[in-house]
Amino acid sequence: MIETNFLILIIVGAFVGAAAGFLGSFMVLKRMALVGDALSHVALPGIAVALMFNISPILGAFVALFIAIIGVWYFEKTSHIYPEALVGIFFTTSLALGVLITPEPDLLEALFGNIEKVQLTEAVIAIIISLLIILLTKIISKQLMLGIISQELTKSLKIPINKINFVYLLLVGTIVALGVKFVGTLLTGALVIIPAASAKNLSSGLKSYYYLSIIFGIVSAVGGVFLAALFHVPSGPMVILAGITIFVISYLKKLT
Amino acid sequence: MNQTLLKVENLEIELNNQVIVKNVSFELKKNETLAIIGPNGAGKTTLFRALLGLVAYKGTITWEKGVKIGYVPQKLDINRDLPLTVREFFTLKGNYSLAEIKQVLDYVGFGQNILKTKIGVLSGGELQRILISWGIIGNPDVLLFDEPTSGVDISAEQTIYSLLYSLQKKIGLTILLISHELEIVSKYATEVVCLNKETVCYGPPRSVLTSDHLNKLYGKDVAYYHHHHQKNK
Repeated sequence: MIETNFLILIIVGAFVGAAAGFLGSFMVLKRMALVGDALSHVALPGIAVALMFNISPILGAFVALFIAIIGVWYFEKTSHIYPEALVGIFFTTSLALGVLITPEPDLLEALFGNIEKVQLTEAVIAIIISLLIILLTKIISKQLMLGIISQELTKSLKIPINKINFVYLLLVGTIVALGVKFVGTLLTGALVIIPAASAKNLSSGLKSYYYLSIIFGIVSAVGGVFLAALFHVPSGPMVILAGITIFVISYLKKLT
Repeated sequence: MNQTLLKVENLEIELNNQVIVKNVSFELKKNETLAIIGPNGAGKTTLFRALLGLVAYKGTITWEKGVKIGYVPQKLDINRDLPLTVREFFTLKGNYSLAEIKQVLDYVGFGQNILKTKIGVLSGGELQRILISWGIIGNPDVLLFDEPTSGVDISAEQTIYSLLYSLQKKIGLTILLISHELEIVSKYATEVVCLNKETVCYGPPRSVLTSDHLNKLYGKDVAYYHHHHQKNK
């Protein structure tokens, strides 16, 4: 029974890791890496409120993220310089509030993730959503990438780049909400960023960059879950440490 | 009579409550080369951004229905280690075949060995040529070319302009360009718009590029380079 549960976890982890890695590949190039991180902090008050009203924490996280994403999108659209300080202030505030209002027994789990209690329906939903994220990201990938390289070029082709960016941020919000279960709100951002940062070290073209981001996402998530089970520690830190290990190796490889 | 591809009337652009451009009107006709000249900060690039729909404006900008625009920016703000090859850069614009990509690369003097090169490691002149070929792939009707502030020559004998000119001959291109070099404008442009917040002059280079206009445009000390070359120090 425990083994079935573990197997489900590994599979879900692989899908969430793949989707996170793919989405992260754009975020790293967008120079929005910190936004991904900050966004994940917003999930906490959402989880807290959801726990209070006895609804699904993932749903609560998603609603909170959705609100934050509208804010990020609006700033990205309207100002030329990214308002980093403002983003930092807003997101750390939400983290502080979240810590205060999250019921204490659930706090550690919300912050660092807990994978021991995964239900089959939850797992199936997580897999389906991950697949949808990968598919949608693939569909918008060219326009999104061109927007990263040059807003002017996308405009000259009449690409609705603001809408594309909004869809992208929504996908990021969704993966963060899903990732919270595995790695917790504090570290989800890293699940999105680290695989892509590692892949960037090793890629000469987009194709290998995308594939490596996805593969590193899978390896970090699956490897982290394994290690967490092996050492009886929370999964979040182990997933991130697995990711960091890949990053260090990729960096050394780049230097040589 | 040539078909009008773009009509700009009473254009006014404000950014942060500052008027950048006002009272600008001009027309771009098929197969013309229209040059926009003016000092730094005259609003040339902002005008381009308005034409592309990147900034809000008052007045009217009317593009001929269904006109395809190719845009060549001054530069790309990218990192050296951006994982994007030249070939992939073209595929971001559309599903072009390898043959089409090779053709436009050939127009700007590249062989196929450039296809696998990372965009980020190209020199200024190389990137400029890639951007031009990117702009003309898919046969646009109009090419908007924003000249880099520092002149980028693509080789000792050939300038960006002779390249654009030969392209125009080859594929029938209408060109709208921002330029800083009067000599080149007088050589290649069919129409000139002098811009310094407002339109200072507008017409064919022969009648427009007079020292009177240029004094007004650039201030007293700029003589018409082409004619007074030797007298100036």
